[in-house]
Amino acid sequence: MTINEIQDEIVEEFSDYSDWMDKYSYLIEIGNDMPPYPEAERVQQNVIEGCQSTVWIYASLTDDNKIHFEADADAIIVKGIVGLLIRVLSDQSPADILNADLYFIDKIGLKENLTPTRSNGLLSMIKQMRLYAMAFNAKLGN
Amino acid sequence: MIMDIANIRAQFPILSETIYGKPLVYLDNGATTEKPQCVLDVVNDIYMHKNANIHRGVHHLSNVCTDLFEQARKKVAKHINALSDAEIIFTRGTTEAINLLAFSFGETYCREGDEIVITTMEHHANIVPWQMLCERKRMKLRVAPIFDNGELDVDGMYELMNERTRLVCVAHVSNVMGTVNPVEKIVSKAHSLGIPVLVDAAQSMPHKAIDVQKIDCDFLAFSGHKMYAPNGSGALYGKAKWLNEMVPYHGGGEMIEKVTFEKTTYNQLPFKFEAGTPDYVSAIALGRAVDFMDEIGMINIENHEAEIVKYTIDQLSAIPGVRFIGEARDHSSAVSFLLGNVHPYDTGMILDKMGIAVRTGHHCAQPLMDRFGISGTVRASFGVYTSKEDIDALVKGVDRVRMMMM
Repeated sequence: MTINEIQDEIVEEFSDYSDWMDKYSYLIEIGNDMPPYPEAERVQQNVIEGCQSTVWIYASLTDDNKIHFEADADAIIVKGIVGLLIRVLSDQSPADILNADLYFIDKIGLKENLTPTRSNGLLSMIKQMRLYAMAFNAKLGN
Repeated sequence: MIMDIANIRAQFPILSETIYGKPLVYLDNGATTEKPQCVLDVVNDIYMHKNANIHRGVHHLSNVCTDLFEQARKKVAKHINALSDAEIIFTRGTTEAINLLAFSFGETYCREGDEIVITTMEHHANIVPWQMLCERKRMKLRVAPIFDNGELDVDGMYELMNERTRLVCVAHVSNVMGTVNPVEKIVSKAHSLGIPVLVDAAQSMPHKAIDVQKIDCDFLAFSGHKMYAPNGSGALYGKAKWLNEMVPYHGGGEMIEKVTFEKTTYNQLPFKFEAGTPDYVSAIALGRAVDFMDEIGMINIENHEAEIVKYTIDQLSAIPGVRFIGEARDHSSAVSFLLGNVHPYDTGMILDKMGIAVRTGHHCAQPLMDRFGISGTVRASFGVYTSKEDIDALVKGVDRVRMMMM
């Protein structure tokens, strides 16, 4: 699926929830369903700064030159948010990640979390994922 | 006297705001309090009718503002029972007051090998300025231990005091746990060894009657914005004998007696420590905030909030999985807790959507978090307007979090 197809799918899922508690419950569910984060990558280097909870994001390049992201957070709602980002951006090409317009964040009502002053660090997470994409893009000689 | 909470609440315009369509439940008073109409009116009145820079003008408005500024100083001095209003130095808040002291006291009295004693439960504002002094002068910072219930190990603290100790710095009330420290006892012990004491009163000024002569502390710092006054107000109280000897912190206008390029002589107290244009509007409004509290009566505020603390602990205790961080016997106006293994940030985010404002995280007291082996807490902190209905909303909210998360 393309990045935009996945975003549309998420927007569709969240349209079922008008109440914030339902949205949070869904984020909690997403957080709980995430695959376990590789313990070897639970290192300071992979910690996203600017979060009140601790967030780890690790990226690797797949055989077909896509970026595979893994992430964890010690706060479950934050983990749900980073889980959404991973669902959208993981296993996509570096170029597609760099060109992505992440409109789903606004559409599902998470935009208020995008300001730099918000302590959950959503902005820092996106920045870090783009940095990975830039680095892998350079490595691939693009 | 039983306080008329409804009447008090009506004086705070912000308390009628709704958040996400729900009534605001403001339980983040340890971070900052809301402002009553009478304080807001003072700020407005000055800018609309009276504003001019203080101490310098020959003209009418400058004299009006200067008088109001000095009246505010008198009000603050009287409120804490200082011997003289010259002992009140207006600052932007507690942090600036402690930095001022760390610089001026350090430059005047400290040298290599000297020691400063603090406690494990200090706010970063009462840790970092002392660490900076210690680095600058190659001194040693000694940290008094606390017990598991959040009380200060007073005997442990005494053991750290010796002939190398230049100053003892202690929070009157812990901003995280609400623990009230026995500052009078600590001062008495320190004085018996000839050591002066700073009391960080940021978290006690809004909640208790403070008498600096009774405590007999040498210095006391507090913030206006945590006691119903605007941001940018606060003070350092210091006994005149110290303040007279100490070198100034900032240089500039107003703090001088005479300036030539060869040498500058300094103004008398308290102006020596008030370089530049102070935030006189906020300071004047601080005077009004002090009046506001005195009109209600500090003892009434203290009793009301003690009841709220007890009610909060009782009600939260009934929720399975709630545990408290800090269960001191003498407990002022903040309650920190955790809910099972739920991250404080999750609790805070869900409470927020219910219109409930609490603080989550380390509360600028990371060493205290380390002491308990946690990354943060959820803190509900109270003020004169906190009602049992606020607490009921909090308890309902925390129970909702439990049902969602556990």
